[in-house]
Amino acid sequence: MNKFYFAAEGETLNPLIPHTSEIIVGAVAFTLLFLVLRSKVVPMFEKAFTARTEAIQGGMERAEKAQLEAQRALSQYNEQLSKAREEAQTLREEARVQGVSIVEELRAKAQEEAARITSAAHASIEAERQQAITSLRNEVGALAVELASKIVGESLDDQARQSRIVDRFLDDLEKSK
Amino acid sequence: MLAFVRSSAEGEGFVPPSTKDFELPPIFGDNPYTTKPIFLVLLSVVLISVFFIAASRRAAVVPSKLQFAGESVYAFVRNDLAKDVIGHEFLRFVPYLFTLFTFILVNNWFGIIPLLQFPTMSHVGFAYVLAAFTFFVFHYVGIRKHGVFKYIKDIMFMPGVPKAAYILITPLEILTFFLVRPLTLSLRLFANMFAGHLLLLVFILGGEHLAQGALGLKLVSPFAFGIGIVLTFFEFMVQCLQAYIFTLLTALYIAGALADEH
Repeated sequence: MNKFYFAAEGETLNPLIPHTSEIIVGAVAFTLLFLVLRSKVVPMFEKAFTARTEAIQGGMERAEKAQLEAQRALSQYNEQLSKAREEAQTLREEARVQGVSIVEELRAKAQEEAARITSAAHASIEAERQQAITSLRNEVGALAVELASKIVGESLDDQARQSRIVDRFLDDLEKSK
Repeated sequence: MLAFVRSSAEGEGFVPPSTKDFELPPIFGDNPYTTKPIFLVLLSVVLISVFFIAASRRAAVVPSKLQFAGESVYAFVRNDLAKDVIGHEFLRFVPYLFTLFTFILVNNWFGIIPLLQFPTMSHVGFAYVLAAFTFFVFHYVGIRKHGVFKYIKDIMFMPGVPKAAYILITPLEILTFFLVRPLTLSLRLFANMFAGHLLLLVFILGGEHLAQGALGLKLVSPFAFGIGIVLTFFEFMVQCLQAYIFTLLTALYIAGALADEH
C-alpha cells in the first residue's frame, strides 16, 4: 500500500480523506439516478416482463387447448372409423346372408322348375301313352275286329257290340297274361 | 490530459505516478464543484438515464435490440442478484440495486474510456457515499422488519450461541455491522479503482517516457505500452467485478437484515 505513504510525503492530501463536494454531488447524483431509474425504467421493464410471462403462459394454454382439440378430433375420427368398419362388416354379413338365401331360393326355384318340367313331361308321356293306348286299342280293336270278322265272318258293324266284344277280348287278353 | 502535465517534467527523468495524479484541480477557478470527477459523476447519471429510458420507453414483449441490451443488464441485477440472494421480497429492492450496479459500473468504466480515462470511484468520497446508502438501507430494512429492539438484540446476541461466547462475539458483531461492512464496501471499491488507475499510469506514462529516451529505451517502450493495453483489459474485468461485488454484498446485507435470525 505504498500509495498511502506517498500521501504522507507532504503536499498531497491523504486519498482516504473525502472531498466534501464529492460527497454532496455523489449523494445527489446517485439519488437522482435512483429516482429516474425507479420511476421511468424499472416499471417499464417489469411491465414487459409481466407481459412476456403472460404471453408465454397464454401461448402455452392455447397450445394445450389446441392439443386437446386435436385429441378430441382424433378420438372422434377413430370412433367414426370403427363405426364405419362395423357397419361395413354388418353390410358384408348381410350381403353374404342375402347371397346365400338368394342362391337357396334360386336353387329351390330351379328344383321346383325341374320338378315341374319333369312332372309335365311325365304327364305328357302319360297322356301320350294313354293316347297311344287308346289309339292302339282302337287300332288293335279295329284290326282285331277286322281280323275277327274276317275270321268269324260275322259283321260287327254295330258300334256298341263291337266295343263290347273288343273289351271282352282285351280283358281276356290281360287276364291270360 | 495527464500526459501533457507529465511531459513538462521530462527534463528531470521519470517521475512515477503517485497520489498527486489523482488530485485534479477545478476546471473553473477555485470552485470545488467543477472538478473532473464531479463532471464524470454527473455525466454517468445522464448517460445511464438516457440509455435506460431509451431502452425501456417502448418496452415490448418482443424486444428491440436496444431494449434487449438494457433489459439484459436489468434482468441480470433483478434475477441473478436480487432474486437469488434476497428471495421473495426482492422486487422492492431491485431499483436500488439496479441503480447501484449501473452507477458503479459506468463510473468504473470511465477509467478506461478514451478521453475520459479517470475512474470516478478512485476518489474515495463517492465510494463512501455509496457505502453509506447501503448501510442505511440494510439497517432501515432490518429495523422495519423486526423493530429496533429485536434487530439490535439479534445483532448483539446472536441466537444459538453459548452465553460465554457473547463476550467475544458481541463486540465483533457490533463492529461488523456498524463499521466493517460499510468500511470494507467503500474501501474495496475505492482501492481497486485507485490501484488500477495507478497501474495503468505507470505503464502508459512509463512507456511514453521510454519512447523519448535513448534508442535502447525506445525499443523497450512498446512492451510497456503492450502491458498497458493488456492491463486495460484486465482493468475492464476488475471494473465489472467491483460493480458486481458491491451490488452482491448489498443484496446479501439486505437479505441478512430481512432474515429471521442474523
